[in-house]
Formats: sequence, C-alpha cells, structure tokens
Amino acid sequence: MSKHHVSATINGEPAEFLCEPQQTLLDALRDELDLTGSKEGCSSGDCGACSVIVDGRVVCSCLMLAVEAEGHTIETIEGLARGSKLHPLQQKFLEHAALQCGFCTPGLLVAAKALLDRNPNPSETETRYWLAGNLCRCTGYDKVVRAVLDAAAELRGA
Amino acid sequence: MPMLDYTAPSTVEEAIRILSGASGTAKLLSGGTDLLVQLRSGRTKPDLIVDTKKIPGMIGIRETDGGFVIGAATPGAMIGECESLKKAWPGVVEAANLIGSTQIQGRASLAGNLCNASPAADSVPALIVARATCIVAGTKGRREVPVEDIVTGPGRTCLTRDELIVEFHLPKRPPRSADAYLRFIPRTEMDIAVVGAGVNITLDRGGACSEAWVALGAVAPTPILVPEAAAALVGHKLDEKVLAMLDGAARRACKPIDDKRGTIEFRTKIAGVLVRRAATIAFERAGEQR
Repeated sequence: MSKHHVSATINGEPAEFLCEPQQTLLDALRDELDLTGSKEGCSSGDCGACSVIVDGRVVCSCLMLAVEAEGHTIETIEGLARGSKLHPLQQKFLEHAALQCGFCTPGLLVAAKALLDRNPNPSETETRYWLAGNLCRCTGYDKVVRAVLDAAAELRGA
Repeated sequence: MPMLDYTAPSTVEEAIRILSGASGTAKLLSGGTDLLVQLRSGRTKPDLIVDTKKIPGMIGIRETDGGFVIGAATPGAMIGECESLKKAWPGVVEAANLIGSTQIQGRASLAGNLCNASPAADSVPALIVARATCIVAGTKGRREVPVEDIVTGPGRTCLTRDELIVEFHLPKRPPRSADAYLRFIPRTEMDIAVVGAGVNITLDRGGACSEAWVALGAVAPTPILVPEAAAALVGHKLDEKVLAMLDGAARRACKPIDDKRGTIEFRTKIAGVLVRRAATIAFERAGEQR
C-alpha cells in the first residue's frame, strides 16, 4: 500500500512527511518528524499524554490518523518555549513542582495552553474539568492546578 | 502488515461511489475517537477508511426555520460553543458534551456516537427525545430516518454499506419547551454511562405538560424511547404522584444486563431516579421561558 504525503503547519513552520494510512498522528510526530515530546501512554484516548492542539482544539494525537493532518495547523509541546525561554506554564510547573516523573507533563502543558488560549481566567473547577482527560499518577493534580492558575494570572498581568 | 487504505472524498456523491464500489470492508471516519481505538485493538479490520470531514457541511451548525441542522461530523466542542443551540436544546448539548474528555470533545461527533451503536451512547437518548432525524445518503438517494431507528443492536445500525449520515435535523421548538439529559457514572468525568436518561417536554400556558418524550440509555440493547413514561407526564404538572408514575414507567421499560458497570437491579432503580431528575430540570427550564 502506498504511503501518503502530508503537508501541515507544525509549530508555526510548514512541515511535510510520508505516512502509512493506519499510522496515528502521534506515531508520525514521533517517528517521522522526531518530535518525541508528545508521549504514548494508553493509545486509547484516556490518558492525554499525547495531547496536541489541532486548529486551536486540543485532541489526542493517538486518536487521529497522521494522514488527517493534511492542511491543518498543529501545535505540539515543542512549540511552547521560545528558544531557551520557557512558556509561563512551563516555568510555573517548575516553580510549583507540578511534576515528578514527567511523562504526563507535555500533555498537561499542551492541554493547559489550550485552556488559557480560550479562557485567560479559568476557575479552579473549570481547570480541573478541562484537565480531566490528562492522567497523572505522581502529583495528585493539586500542584498542576495551582501551576496552571498561577500561569494564567501571570499571563493576564503580562 | 494490514492492507489498509485511506481516502477523503470531497462530496457526498463521491463518498457513496467509494462505499458502494469498495471490494472489502470500508469504515466511515468522522471524529475517530471510537474507530481508532477499535483499529488498534483489532476489533475492526477494515480495508478502507473513508474520512467524511473533507465533505462540505459535514462539520458545522446552521439554523433553519427555527430548527437546527448539525453536520454529522461536527465535534462536541463546537456543539457546546453554539449559544443558540444551547438555548433551544440544552439537553442535546449537555449530552453531547458529556462524551469523554476535552480532548475527545475536540473530535467526537454525533454521527460517530450514534453509529458506534453503543447502548450507553450519551448523545443518543437526548437526540431521540428531541425528535431528531438523520439525513442518510446512499446509492438510492436520501432518506430521513428518526434517530431511534438507526441503532438495531449493540454495534449494529440499519445503514446499508453504501450509506452515510450527512446531517442531523432538530425541529423547531414550540414555546415553553425544554429538554434535559442526565447520566449516572461513579465519578464526575471520563466514564461510560451506567444509565442515561433524556426528557423533552412542552408546557401549556398553565404550566401543565402538553407533550413529552422520555428515552433511556444503557438499560437495553439499544437506547430506547419510553412512551409509557412520557404518558405519565402529559396533562400534568410535576408533583410527587406524577414523578412516582414516571419513575415506575421508566423502571418497567428497563431490560438491562449485569456487568462491571452495574447490576440489573441497580440500573433499573437508577433509571427511575434519573428520569425524575431530568424531568424536574426540563420542567424548570421550560417554566423559565414563560
């Protein structure tokens, strides 16, 4: 079966890759484009470790075929920092110790960015519901939620 | 190596040609939140995936003569952002938005939720009580099918291999009408309904129910319309006696299974509780419009 040629915008840059029809976007990001920040947790859309933003909406890249990316705009964890300058969400995750093993962190950061892009001043409840699809087995979520709310405050002030 | 291919037709006619001409098994892809899980687990082994999302109109919501047309592949998040739809059909919107996480909402569609044909699909009881219909396109042309007629059993639909759902139609609302959907899960998010209950009512000027529809999910092989429960509401205002009649009619309609999510006894009891609560919410919402 022939490979599909896909053109998309990834982290603001035009990108092209070849993929098999059954390959997920997550597999293509990691294996074809060497963007290994998005993690494979469950591969069934339950854990959120593979979260990416497609046309402004956060989705599980394990539940999207790579070939579906054709013509779309994708943001991954690699697009958050500007050079060596961390995104405020990344900085606040460090300050609040909102991670231990770090496996869920890229997905949480991407999902949190999608929240703050949409709602600069989310309540704690809104934040918890928004992030319900991102599983973390280390932190117990409190520090994650505090880091997101603190980053939101900083971004509003900036 | 699975011999799978992918195609994304740009018109409904092209999609029908591909579906009817496919030599092996073709699977329609809308949001993919069920299909990709089944592909990975090997539960489904199609030869061809037909992505519907490049077809104009498959994603989007438009108002027509007081009713709504929702593209079959419109993601839940977009449905939740449509204020006029939320105002007219709050039950449909809350049911669609209960499906999965924020990430799932970015992709999951009404057509996918319906055609995955799970007895526990959250949007389906809400669409049934809303009297929603599907426009189904195939080689023989288009037909309009009530949502409750699509699912014929767990994982099975009445669609033939050349057919696809193009859009959902929600009718115009009479004054003093409202709907509500509730589901029971053991936590607040990220789970599959143990029971789901949708209620849609219209009140007369005096506040009594003039028309009603009640549907239940996860208590039978398919989501079910329960006319006996609706009959308990018609002609009445909500009081304890009417709620008890409603509760009893809903429980009698249940034919659930025992599984890890709930026992027959538990599901039956909860069906009664949820219809009471959903009816109460629908009456409050309709009453606020006076």
